[in-house]
Amino acid sequence: MVEVLVLAEHRKGELRDITFEMLTGARKICDKIGADLTVALLGFNVKEFAKELADYAKQVLIVEDERIKEFNSEAYQKILAKIIGERKPLLVMIGHTAIGMDLAPSLATSLNIPLTTDCIGLDFKDGKLYAIRQIYSGKVNAEITFKDAETYMVTIRSGAFQPEKPEPPMGGGIINIPSPLTDEDFAVKKFVEYVEEAKGEIDISAADIVVSVGRGIKDAKNIPLVEEFAKAVGGVLACSRPIVDKGWLPKDRQVGISGKTVKPKLYIAVGISGAFQHLAGIKGSGVIIAVNKDPKAPIFRVADYGIVDDLFKVIPVLKDKILELKGK
Amino acid sequence: MQSLHETENVFIKNGVMVVEKMDIIVCVKHVPDTAEAEVTIDPSGRDIKKEGLPFDINEWDNYAIEEALLLKEKHGGKVTVITVGPEEYNETLRKCLAKGADEAIRLYDESFKGSDGYTTAKILYSAIKNMKFDLILTGAMAGDDGYAQVGVTLAEMLGIPHASLVKKVEVKDGWVKVNRELEGGLEEVAEVKLPAVLAIQTGINEPRYVSIAGIRRAAKKEIKVLGLAELGLSKEEVGELGSPTRLERLFIPEVTKKVEFLTGDPSEVASKLANVLKEKGVL
Ligand SMILES: Cc1cc2nc3c(=O)[nH]c(=O)nc-3n(C[C@H](O)[C@H](O)[C@H](O)COP(=O)(O)OP(=O)(O)OC[C@H]3O[C@@H](n4cnc5c(N)ncnc54)[C@H](O)[C@@H]3O)c2cc1C
Repeated sequence: MVEVLVLAEHRKGELRDITFEMLTGARKICDKIGADLTVALLGFNVKEFAKELADYAKQVLIVEDERIKEFNSEAYQKILAKIIGERKPLLVMIGHTAIGMDLAPSLATSLNIPLTTDCIGLDFKDGKLYAIRQIYSGKVNAEITFKDAETYMVTIRSGAFQPEKPEPPMGGGIINIPSPLTDEDFAVKKFVEYVEEAKGEIDISAADIVVSVGRGIKDAKNIPLVEEFAKAVGGVLACSRPIVDKGWLPKDRQVGISGKTVKPKLYIAVGISGAFQHLAGIKGSGVIIAVNKDPKAPIFRVADYGIVDDLFKVIPVLKDKILELKGK
Repeated sequence: MQSLHETENVFIKNGVMVVEKMDIIVCVKHVPDTAEAEVTIDPSGRDIKKEGLPFDINEWDNYAIEEALLLKEKHGGKVTVITVGPEEYNETLRKCLAKGADEAIRLYDESFKGSDGYTTAKILYSAIKNMKFDLILTGAMAGDDGYAQVGVTLAEMLGIPHASLVKKVEVKDGWVKVNRELEGGLEEVAEVKLPAVLAIQTGINEPRYVSIAGIRRAAKKEIKVLGLAELGLSKEEVGELGSPTRLERLFIPEVTKKVEFLTGDPSEVASKLANVLKEKGVL
């Protein structure tokens, strides 16, 4: 039977959203090509997860080993190489995440499987696999095809598929696979510990109004311009990643996949292009307003209102107008 | 002092014996910056028009070369930068030399065109497998095609361990302790045995600027160019022929949500915005 294999992702006792997103995307493909959906779950004491996953797949393969309580690419690679080698699935789906980026390229290479990464769409047409990915700052999409192979591998961008629970639940069977790991598999790479980012005074994720500044601000000395605007609208100041990378604002102000998720009533993005890693952090926002001089900036694909102009010209005027209205 | 010899992994700095001199290879890419540019698809339908776009070192690689230079300053050793690309890529190599890299190598043949992430790693591998190194740094991804694939693939080809999305590096006793960036502000600390490949994430350090003296120094340095034959590769193994994946076509994404643009001069825009905010009850 043709099989699509999804790698379940979990961390610190929770299955990650990407798992359910991939399973939903995979299910559509399985329906289309008549394939079985299998999910691989690697970890320790994860039987509860297996039960949850059984609702989403025909089979849950579970490999438990105390030494993979936390993700380790070397150990995961050994287990998955064995599973893929034996089962020869048509398609393997892994998250384009901190886990997938550390695992998929070496796993695919070791098995000589064609891989493409960071996919936002997948389709099989006439037996051929097509993957869609976004390139050049999200301004163009690329369609990728593969050399004929027994197995293909893709990594999937977070948020590319909306998770949906199958109705009725699929009631998949749970198959325990003995761990093939030995201590040797941990001889060159070891997990040590997690470190949590330090908490700052302001919690941007709890704010009703968030004004975010991006690389368009050009220089640290211009940040007060946006900060004052944020104050005028009664919001907190947040930012995109490059602002934190440059040390212009602390990490707890960063919105996005590797920073904070915000859910304000109003989100104003100033000089931010709208990379998916940023957009992942503002999905739950009410009204989104973007100020950007480039009308083609991807941020305008998610914004409700757009202002196409030089932020240095328009932000001071916006600030004064709002202060004037508030004064009345 | 007589008794202290400079051996492979021991050198002397200010009269102090320092161990673990490191030879580091940094893989870099020369990329167009499209964040603020108008992007159009070229007649082939498989690439964008590159004329007029500003090119520079890939943002992630800029952090990788900085990390290599910091490690060299701390441990001693040599930094070699390597790229796969045509002559224009020399600009990025020269920038790295100006910052303090010791040697630069460019791998190029016309047949490399169309190489995917895997094949780019294979080309790098064919050069690096004959070199002496303790550590390889790459950017975690490239800002143009964003595969985030080359570093980890290269590690597998070389048969050495790797870590991706690296935000902190500490070398000690033949191991490197790294912080890997995970989602939501979380990091993981991991130990990786050397030699290894680390794919560097932005924000790990503060990349230095290029000095005038550095540019002068770099201008005198030779950039070694290696082609297909020197790399022991054949045309069938590289480019589109050798790549397991192929970029079939490009297209401009469909807009699903319709944004309402507020137009006019800044004061008109301000009034319109104020109205929106009032309507939505956020002001
Ligand atoms: C693993 C990983 C995790 C990441 N996590 C995050 C994350 O959590 N959060 C995040 O934000 N990013 C994250 N990134 C980075 C992300 O990919 C982008 O690089 C980043 O979001 C870009 O920030 P930006 O929009 O501020 O800058 P750019 O993309 O450089 O955009 C700047 C924008 O400003 C506009 N502009 C310039 N000048 C002006 C002006 N005078 N007036 C008006 N507009 C102007 C430009 O048109 C452009 O659209 C991550 C990347 C990786 C690989």
